[in-house]
Amino acid sequence: MTTVTKAEGAPAPAGPEGFLSVRDLQVTFSTEDGPVKAVDGLSFDLHRGKTLGIVGESGSGKSVTNLTILGLHDPLFTTIDGEIVLDGKELITATEKEMEKLRGNRVAMIFQDPLTALSPFYTIGRQIAEPYMKHTGASKKAAWERAVEMLAKVGIPHPKERARDYPHQFSGGMRQRAMIAMALVCDPDLLIADEPTTALDVTVQAQILDLLKDLQREFGTAIVFITHDLGVIADMADDIMVMYAGRAVERGTVDEVLRSPQHPYTWGLLNSMPRLDSDLGTPLSPIPGSPPSLLTPPPGCRFHPRCTFRDRVDGDRCVTERPLLAPDRSSACHLGAEQKRTIFIEEIRPRLG
Amino acid sequence: MKEDLVLPATRETRADTAPEPLLEVSGLVKHFPVKGGFPIRRTVGAVQAVDGLDLTVHAGESFGLVGESGCGKSTTGRLITRLLEPTSGTITYRGQDISHAGRRQLAPIRSEIQMIFQDPYSSLNPRQTVGKIISGPMEINGISPEGGREKRVRELLETVGLNPEHYNRFPHEFSGGQRQRIGVARALALEPKLIVADEPVSALDVSIQAQVVNLLQQVQKDLGIAFVFIAHDLAIVRHFSQRVAVMYLGKIIEVGDRDSIYARPRHPYTHALLSAVPEVTLTEEDSPQRERIRLAGDVPSPISPPSGCRFRTRCWKAQDKCAAEEPPLIQLSGNRNGHLTACHFPEDPTTEAREEDIVLDPALAALEEDRN
Repeated sequence: MTTVTKAEGAPAPAGPEGFLSVRDLQVTFSTEDGPVKAVDGLSFDLHRGKTLGIVGESGSGKSVTNLTILGLHDPLFTTIDGEIVLDGKELITATEKEMEKLRGNRVAMIFQDPLTALSPFYTIGRQIAEPYMKHTGASKKAAWERAVEMLAKVGIPHPKERARDYPHQFSGGMRQRAMIAMALVCDPDLLIADEPTTALDVTVQAQILDLLKDLQREFGTAIVFITHDLGVIADMADDIMVMYAGRAVERGTVDEVLRSPQHPYTWGLLNSMPRLDSDLGTPLSPIPGSPPSLLTPPPGCRFHPRCTFRDRVDGDRCVTERPLLAPDRSSACHLGAEQKRTIFIEEIRPRLG
Repeated sequence: MKEDLVLPATRETRADTAPEPLLEVSGLVKHFPVKGGFPIRRTVGAVQAVDGLDLTVHAGESFGLVGESGCGKSTTGRLITRLLEPTSGTITYRGQDISHAGRRQLAPIRSEIQMIFQDPYSSLNPRQTVGKIISGPMEINGISPEGGREKRVRELLETVGLNPEHYNRFPHEFSGGQRQRIGVARALALEPKLIVADEPVSALDVSIQAQVVNLLQQVQKDLGIAFVFIAHDLAIVRHFSQRVAVMYLGKIIEVGDRDSIYARPRHPYTHALLSAVPEVTLTEEDSPQRERIRLAGDVPSPISPPSGCRFRTRCWKAQDKCAAEEPPLIQLSGNRNGHLTACHFPEDPTTEAREEDIVLDPALAALEEDRN
């Protein structure tokens, strides 16, 4: 995320670079109640072998963005604007046939709930072998061997026998391992992991996260990692993008965003989350209110109705003007840079214990 | 009329002076039968959801129950509230044995033990107004507070931070966090002495979780209600509970006050659990690193749990003794009073990094071996 030349929210972004670059992405769903702008002017870059963590609450548009990259929205009800370029190839205008060649091959996805993402009718081995056969033209036998090899790689004991099992015969952690095997079978360049460990227990989650990291090192895959858990992000990502109500509000490297966050929403997230070493005397400081409805999003900065620092911005810019998110390290907030730093050091940091 | 909500002072002072337990559970067992066979379905086994559990909850304290899914923590909550009947063992509430008490016998106790459920979407009747939902418990117990039930409901709504004007709204008009507040208001309606909260915040968004945790803490402090706080999130349990019990496959493997469990754990599973929590490190680089333990595989099936110590199949210290002999839940030497551990070969009481990480997962171990 180093080469965006124009600020987000500004029109006509310049030529993209990086392995995956998304420019001014707008995704609108038409619903019975009216159009819902789930993603509103999002830009980011991802380089090869790196992990971009996207954090946000439900409804912040993090999953929608990634389904758009894979072209998985129903075109009947979805309007998509902007640019998604993967290794020089524009994806929004790509035909279904081209996308088909991409999915499971160069771009793969791991879903949150492996039980619903796996088909109950086919054996695990077959489900892993299928994309391999389709994309590489391998024979059935070779693909099966590859599936067994992948299962061994992700740590399924007795992979030869277990490949003949059905998903219901696997435990939750093993299913997620099988999903990872399926996603990596064609050695993709980009892996999208949408809350891959949310449904798992902590000890299993720790195994899966470490496994993903180790496999990434081996395969050199770029990962977009979506989660609502800041702890998981701290563990996994190189860069972080914080999303709120369809927009990115802050971005930077893990250290920058977590150690010296600049956006009031990020402060709120950090402050509302107890940690194993946080001070027990102080109560948590939650973010007041709840996320806005995207049918009628607040004008200006979408966080302003919940923001406790709004009165420190002169005038009513928070209500009237959308704060821009500059490329590189930045936050979309009307507070001045110096103001942000002092607020964080003097008011936020002490409360984090 | 907030004063009404402050419970009589006697209750609080009693909690300080008399350490008499509010709730005592001993040897609690719950087995769910597994049926199979055709044409006659017989009982072929049992899910040993809770298998010999001892715990004590004192008046006004918050007792945390942590563990992974399937460890029996929710079943324990349901047994304590007597939504389930225990297979064996005793539950004593204020000196009265309620383990097999009938409906009539339970009626007065039911109003003193309330429950907050995990999913605020399925635990509120969509066809009833908020007022009806919250006054339901009062109606059932024939309680008519001074000034009428409606007034009391408005007070309760205010206590939990909702607008009393919303008395006539339906649950679907509220967000998840607000619904959970309605659940809390309902639990408070009868001025209970004990609230069992089963994963009360895990269905909520991060920014909302803190609101509800703060509310529960407020309620606990102001009204002196004892809590059994069931959750899988170790950081939230630490924040909320004074005493914590760690469960694994239907048993408590370690219990103690918050500080000893989180800073000086002895059971290997507690170590593994704590080391697995992903954390945002805000401290500087030179602070001590946490230990790294990666277990292999998943929790075994509670239908046929391992013999002896139930954790032995995933434990790095397991020896023959662990399979043959079940470790008793005792106070190990060097542990604080009340810190009990069930382990033959306990770990050192620290969570700092070891010389070598413990990586039991074969795939991880192989990949990491390659790299080195």
